[in-house]
Amino acid sequence: MTASYEQPHAPQQAPERETTEGRVFTVTGGDWDELAETVGKADDEHIVVNMGPQHPSTHGVLRLILEIEGETVTEARCGIGYLHTGIEKNMEYRTWTQGSTFVTRMDYLTPLFNEAAYALAVEKLLGITDQIPERANVIRVLMMELNRISSHLVAIATGGMELGATTIMIYGFRDRELILDAFELITGLRMNHAYIRPGGLAQDLPPGAVDHVRELVRKFRKNLPEYDALATGNPVFKGRMQDVGYLDLSGCMALGATGPILRAAGLPHDLRKAQPYCGYENYEFDVPTAETCDAYGRFLVRLEEMRQSLRIVEQCLDRLEPGPVMVADKKIAWPAQLALGPDGLGNSLDHIKKIMGTSMEALIHHFKLVTEGFRVPPGQAYTAVESAKGELGVHVVSDGGTRPHRVHFRDPSFTNLQTMAAMCEGGMVADVIVAVASIDPVMGGVDR
Amino acid sequence: MTGSGSNGANGVNPDKDVNASNLPGQRGDQGEAIRVQRGMFGANNGGDTSGYGGLVRPVRLPGASSRPYGGWFDEVADELEGALEEQGLVPEHAIEKTVVDRGEITFHIAREHLPRVARTLRDDPALRFELCTGVSGVHFPGDKGRELHAVYHLRSITHNRLIRLEVSAPDADPHVPSIVSVYPTNDWHERETYDFFGIVFDGHPALTRIMMPDDWQGYPQRKDYPLGGIPVEYKGAQIPAPDERRSYS
Repeated sequence: MTASYEQPHAPQQAPERETTEGRVFTVTGGDWDELAETVGKADDEHIVVNMGPQHPSTHGVLRLILEIEGETVTEARCGIGYLHTGIEKNMEYRTWTQGSTFVTRMDYLTPLFNEAAYALAVEKLLGITDQIPERANVIRVLMMELNRISSHLVAIATGGMELGATTIMIYGFRDRELILDAFELITGLRMNHAYIRPGGLAQDLPPGAVDHVRELVRKFRKNLPEYDALATGNPVFKGRMQDVGYLDLSGCMALGATGPILRAAGLPHDLRKAQPYCGYENYEFDVPTAETCDAYGRFLVRLEEMRQSLRIVEQCLDRLEPGPVMVADKKIAWPAQLALGPDGLGNSLDHIKKIMGTSMEALIHHFKLVTEGFRVPPGQAYTAVESAKGELGVHVVSDGGTRPHRVHFRDPSFTNLQTMAAMCEGGMVADVIVAVASIDPVMGGVDR
Repeated sequence: MTGSGSNGANGVNPDKDVNASNLPGQRGDQGEAIRVQRGMFGANNGGDTSGYGGLVRPVRLPGASSRPYGGWFDEVADELEGALEEQGLVPEHAIEKTVVDRGEITFHIAREHLPRVARTLRDDPALRFELCTGVSGVHFPGDKGRELHAVYHLRSITHNRLIRLEVSAPDADPHVPSIVSVYPTNDWHERETYDFFGIVFDGHPALTRIMMPDDWQGYPQRKDYPLGGIPVEYKGAQIPAPDERRSYS
């Protein structure tokens, strides 16, 4: 590519070539005038637009294949799989505990939901759901609700950016960063936490975490109304969002759409209320709905859900009582004591010194659990949590070994993305972007 | 059977007292044998120095349950059987067995009857399983004649219930009827299961690969499909690829 040194901005491909399927134009950025002129001379208006998988407004590596006539979309299809990483297969080659580090990377905007759903499934297979300590459950709820806020913030921020509303984008990412700071304080990492483990949590809250989260809630009470002021009543925002990406209740049920899409169609279905887990029945919160079935309704539902999540976070902080955060069963509970060392979070040196120097049994126990892992009795289980995007289901099958026989994630992004065709066909091509943004798909979760 | 003769925890013999309430799953001769465990720790490579290397124990999934199933499970089973009878179908032909385990109910359905059962579960007012959460494939190479399983979870928002349907197909004839006509949401889910397990969903509108490239060979999530990987160096040591490491099962 010597030519590109001389002309760094020259188009890398010919703008037009003939194929067996017809003429193909490669358009990047500013070539649209030329294209419009050429196509205007052609005899039919029928064009297939291939958007992505690398495109700034397709939410990651999503490929959209749009058949358009003029500005109307006649057929819309998704091409997915560009981010498939074989996580489900990989988990069959690791212990049950190691699975946490894989599932957290699937939908990378909702890592704590992935971990919680997986941990609940493994606990159900082990039959220890009732033995999870109260403190672990409260912290799980706390982390999941903070995660719901951060996920919705990204949905609103990137959705706004794709409409050209960059202020919303800046605000959303500014506020999300506050939550990621709290996650970093508590789990050691901004993303990919592997914090919620089968049996409990990787470690307890560090000193100062409760005060940090209280301060965070206070900041959010101040910041959340800014989204109302910026967007909710904004005529341009409403003009782009209202009646766009329409999907009514029967469409949602048929296509399996859950989460804000379903609730924006008027059905207050929320697994936290319907099938409570981690003690959600003990918290007071409302399930917001909208009747509009469109992108604007989904925006309003997300906004209100963030306020409700703040309520739950506050209740969590009030309910926190000192206690263990891992099951008492030493055959399951991870034996290590973690501490922050010079190379990051790892085994506590004091703990290592104790088991190496004073207790042979503890050393054997540690070694067996870490290298071999615990066994899970044969059978299968399905658990589901209400993630920020909808029903996140986990189907796990054990063959009695120390590794999963099969783990399958029913990721809400994957199922919800199927509704794209129903939302977009018959609409304007510019509204495709709004509709896809209102689905809030995360390709890490879609492709796994 | 290594467990026979010696009592386990709480005086329960897992192979004889198959209905003991403190066992996590049913044991004994019921249920499908899915594999055989050898040795004390089930290590699959390297020697077993425990002195118990000759142990052989079949591993079985929880077996069929008998009535009453408990709670609303009986109501759903009665309604389903009644509704199938109304359609002139013998329930025993459609429902091969019913397993209640870990607070979940699983109906094993003969594959040719799956679409009719699914439609009944969706439309019957007393059942109303409106939402299908997709299909998950499971590969049991040791379950001869039933190697490939397709597992469906159906949720009723009306009655707040969740059930599981399971169908199986032999590796030699990996066909299961599609239920996209009943639950359109299964369109992508069935494509995914086809892509990874090679289960052919007959009647699916466009059964093509969805994650892997269109020209991919093989079905990656089958147990005989290798994981792949290369050894990596960590702190001076060579760590073998994940599927080459010593493992226990």
